[in-house]
Amino acid sequence: MHRSDIIRGLLAPVVALAITGAMAKADTPKRVVSMNLCTDQLAMMLAEPGQLLAVSQVARDVMSSAMAAEAAHVPTHSSAAEEVYLLKPDLVLAGTYTSRASVNMLRRLGIRVEKLPIATSLEQVSANMRQMGAWLGQDTAAETMAAEFERAVAELRARVTDRPRAALYYANGYSLGDQTLAGQILLAAGYANVATELGHAYGGNLALEQLVMAAPDLVITGEKYPGASRSEELLDHPAVQALATASNRGADWICGTPYVLRAITDLQGGLQHGLQEASQ
Amino acid sequence: MRLALALLTLTALMFIASLTIGYTPATLGQSLTALVSGDGPLGLVMQEIRLPRAILGLMVGASLGLSGAAMQGYLRNPLAEPGIIGVSAASALGAVLALQTGFAAGFALGLPLAALAGALAAVLLIMMLAGPRGSSLTLILAGIAISALATALTSLVLNLSPNPFAASEIVFWMLGSLDDRSFSHVWIALPFTLAGWLALSSLGRGLDALTLGEDAAAAMGIRIARLRLILILGVAACVGASTAVAGAIGFVGLVVPHILRRFVAARPSQLLWASALGGAVLVMAADIAVRLIFPEKDLKLGVIMALIGAPLFLHLIYRTREEIA
Repeated sequence: MHRSDIIRGLLAPVVALAITGAMAKADTPKRVVSMNLCTDQLAMMLAEPGQLLAVSQVARDVMSSAMAAEAAHVPTHSSAAEEVYLLKPDLVLAGTYTSRASVNMLRRLGIRVEKLPIATSLEQVSANMRQMGAWLGQDTAAETMAAEFERAVAELRARVTDRPRAALYYANGYSLGDQTLAGQILLAAGYANVATELGHAYGGNLALEQLVMAAPDLVITGEKYPGASRSEELLDHPAVQALATASNRGADWICGTPYVLRAITDLQGGLQHGLQEASQ
Repeated sequence: MRLALALLTLTALMFIASLTIGYTPATLGQSLTALVSGDGPLGLVMQEIRLPRAILGLMVGASLGLSGAAMQGYLRNPLAEPGIIGVSAASALGAVLALQTGFAAGFALGLPLAALAGALAAVLLIMMLAGPRGSSLTLILAGIAISALATALTSLVLNLSPNPFAASEIVFWMLGSLDDRSFSHVWIALPFTLAGWLALSSLGRGLDALTLGEDAAAAMGIRIARLRLILILGVAACVGASTAVAGAIGFVGLVVPHILRRFVAARPSQLLWASALGGAVLVMAADIAVRLIFPEKDLKLGVIMALIGAPLFLHLIYRTREEIA
């Protein structure tokens, strides 16, 4: 499967959307507000036109959101409960870690709030797509998206032949293990995770010496924020740069959306075309 | 002579200990072999992580010890120390400004130069306020004011930074650390450090003469104005270079001259080199301690230095309380 197929796969649900939009059910929420980066993106992909009133501001942040460009056309809110309430939503989409105070206040005010669990596996990603479809009354579009995602993941996984060892290495030496979405992306792309090897199944800080001594075949670092920080300067350390490094398109790795497929293909492309090019 | 030998031996021992103690367990032989050969992951660890860290510990410690001894000699006050009188904090402000405005990224020596400028401003201010013979009260009060202002502005700059990690680094700039430093830090600090050492070590004779009073020193052919200028520039270069790469590490220049003064018969010229070596020993020892005590926690050097230095500082204030009152 080529990258163009994957991109087509990404777009398939959007095409399907046009069909399902016409047969929206009667209990379909009409005024949806999303308060979480990941629900923002899934809702932007699955909601019918006019259904999604506003998303959180972080949805427009290119460093975090894979759909920053799309979010530019959607109104944003500051995530304060009162601001969300004033939008008179009939459904509020939140994440597991959305401020408990905000969620409780909205529920007290009689607003339906649904919390999407964090995707820590690729199976959870497609489950979340279906869940989002059910909440939005867009089951058919969601089913198409989820099925296409599962098919693409299976295809990408089937390409894996050997397993070089890779480490995710972010600011302050933070690394992610297998029990995270980023770790699952790494596994699906055909790498063994050094953080898990070192006992961080979920994630944790790897001392610089620890990383170097583990001698990974590839170190994947994140993109840098503007302005300088000592935390990120670590990633430029000659001892890190002496290893094979590549920086990833970080926003694709954060949320369980079809962009996860792009993260996996980017990584696999890097494997085939020389590690340094993975950053392209 | 015996003191020089003892301090040199200690410095060498601390340097080797700093090279061989770290996150990765390895024997002395393995570490030193890997350091020379550079083979394998351990070679990389030794050459790119441990060696620059040990060198920086030595450079920063010597710079701070020397600066403390020189300032104390000139002001004839044992409380004069770059950290206490706000020079380090002002230097950190300069460094943070250079980093956040992009000046440091555009020009390799921008970072130490900006830190030097910050240090220079603070030293000049202190000298103006304290006068030729700094009274303890003026020194401490001026130091509190300069430190508070510089620290507040540093926090402000880091809080306003577009970088989400910058704000959490206020602690690094206030307390200092040698964690994960590299040779690039050694290279940017080296020219200013060497210039500062050269400047301050030339002051020995003048400082010795000053112990007899300014008139006597002038009669002996010491040009006080010139001595003061070299002192200011030397301290600014030493503290600026150190703070730019390691953050503000306090109390080194207070503790070291205090301990060594009795061994050199309180002669400022002798105290200069002795404090440089002593400072190197102390900072390397503290840096080894942070690696041994909480290897996972990136404990700041300034914490260790404050635990040692603050009680001594209070003791010195107690002893000089009559002068202060």
